[in-house]
Amino acid sequence: MDVDQEKPSYIALLEVPEDKIEIVPGASADLTSMTFSIKEEDHTLGNALRWCIMQNPQVDFCGYSIPHPSEAKTHIRIQTTESTNAIDTMNKGLDDLKAACHMVRSKFHQRLTEGKYTRSEQ
Amino acid sequence: MALQDRNRVVILGDRVENISGAEFPLSFDGKESSHGLQRLAETLDIKIVHLTPTEIEFDLIGVDASIANALRRILLAEIPTMAIETVYMINNTGVVQDEILAHRLGLVPIMADPEDFHWRRPLDPPTDQNTVVFKLDVECHKNPNAARDETDPSKLYINSSVYTSQLVWDPKGDQETRFADKPVKPIHGDILITKLRPGQVLCCELHCAKGVGKDHAKFSPVATASYRLLPDIQITSDITGDDAELFRDCFPPGVVEIVNEGGVRKAKVVNARKDTVSREVLRHKEFSDKVRLTRVRDHFIFNVESTGAIPPEVLVSRALDVLIEKCDISKAALADAIGSTASEE
Repeated sequence: MDVDQEKPSYIALLEVPEDKIEIVPGASADLTSMTFSIKEEDHTLGNALRWCIMQNPQVDFCGYSIPHPSEAKTHIRIQTTESTNAIDTMNKGLDDLKAACHMVRSKFHQRLTEGKYTRSEQ
Repeated sequence: MALQDRNRVVILGDRVENISGAEFPLSFDGKESSHGLQRLAETLDIKIVHLTPTEIEFDLIGVDASIANALRRILLAEIPTMAIETVYMINNTGVVQDEILAHRLGLVPIMADPEDFHWRRPLDPPTDQNTVVFKLDVECHKNPNAARDETDPSKLYINSSVYTSQLVWDPKGDQETRFADKPVKPIHGDILITKLRPGQVLCCELHCAKGVGKDHAKFSPVATASYRLLPDIQITSDITGDDAELFRDCFPPGVVEIVNEGGVRKAKVVNARKDTVSREVLRHKEFSDKVRLTRVRDHFIFNVESTGAIPPEVLVSRALDVLIEKCDISKAALADAIGSTASEE
């Protein structure tokens, strides 16, 4: 190792595991059906991501599961129509979830600055 | 179902109905309604109700339960704080064992913003960037000025009770200048740590590190964070006269009021938000077909109480940042996974 690269620093965790997302063997040949295994995640991301992916009309099926509660792993299975594939859908779901969070965040800050709420020092 | 009814979770005497909505694209024949981000942009609203230095009450309207729950879970377990992680026991002759004391000290909330500090890997040395050092040095003596027949230990002895106010911050490196206007200290000075008697000594050095609630509950930044759905009490047929009085008493005060319409006393729901949905009204046979207890599925009344280290409005903002960070990390990991499988083939 020549130079120690600047590792990105995260808000909520120290390090991201090496193989954070794995594609579970058994995906369909045309990549429309796939199961993604995400390490170190639970219902927090799993359920929210599942909802975002389900809002996509090209998705036939989307569900998430936690194979065993002692293992920090979440499986997300996506089955799409022929017009798209599971990887693009996963990417779109993540983008949409990010966009939704940004919307909520900016709305929250807007309301905070508007100041139309009761306050007390206690 | 009527459009408004689709949005309601119905609470019956022995069960709850219509829990998960069918708000997915193409689920209602012929209806081309918006979904996903477009729908969120139309229906999203936030109303901040009350703000204090430690508590915030706000309404999150228009999002799905999965996102509201994700926010709640992140507030509880995935926002970092500083807490005492390592206790170096130099001398402890009190009756409370070392490990019990260390456990209690870990639970003491510390007034420090975790964003000013770096994460510390298990094998990293403690530096001024990732550790805060406190010293606790207390010895209990007999009080020479106590009355002869005094029985109160706080008057008989000096330092018989050890409080968090006796934790002394030992600034290392550039911490003194960095935190000149916001010194690091326990949030409350009146938390009882242990009790001593004359001759007993407690001397230890405490190292604080950054952590998350997922690892240990002492790192949770909230006293608690919870949400409830807005109740909606629907009166399907009029309730009049003495029944109206009984109806009003089934709910907490302020929810139902009696109005006089054309000489008849009628019950009217004025403030469903105050209702705690105890379902008391469903115990009375006379109201069984006249009232419908429901909750609005996408109206979340959040209540976030901070321990004091981080202001509650900052906490909500950070929770959203953490959720965005999770998405970013997953996107990068997905690109890695696709890239590596493509290179394997």
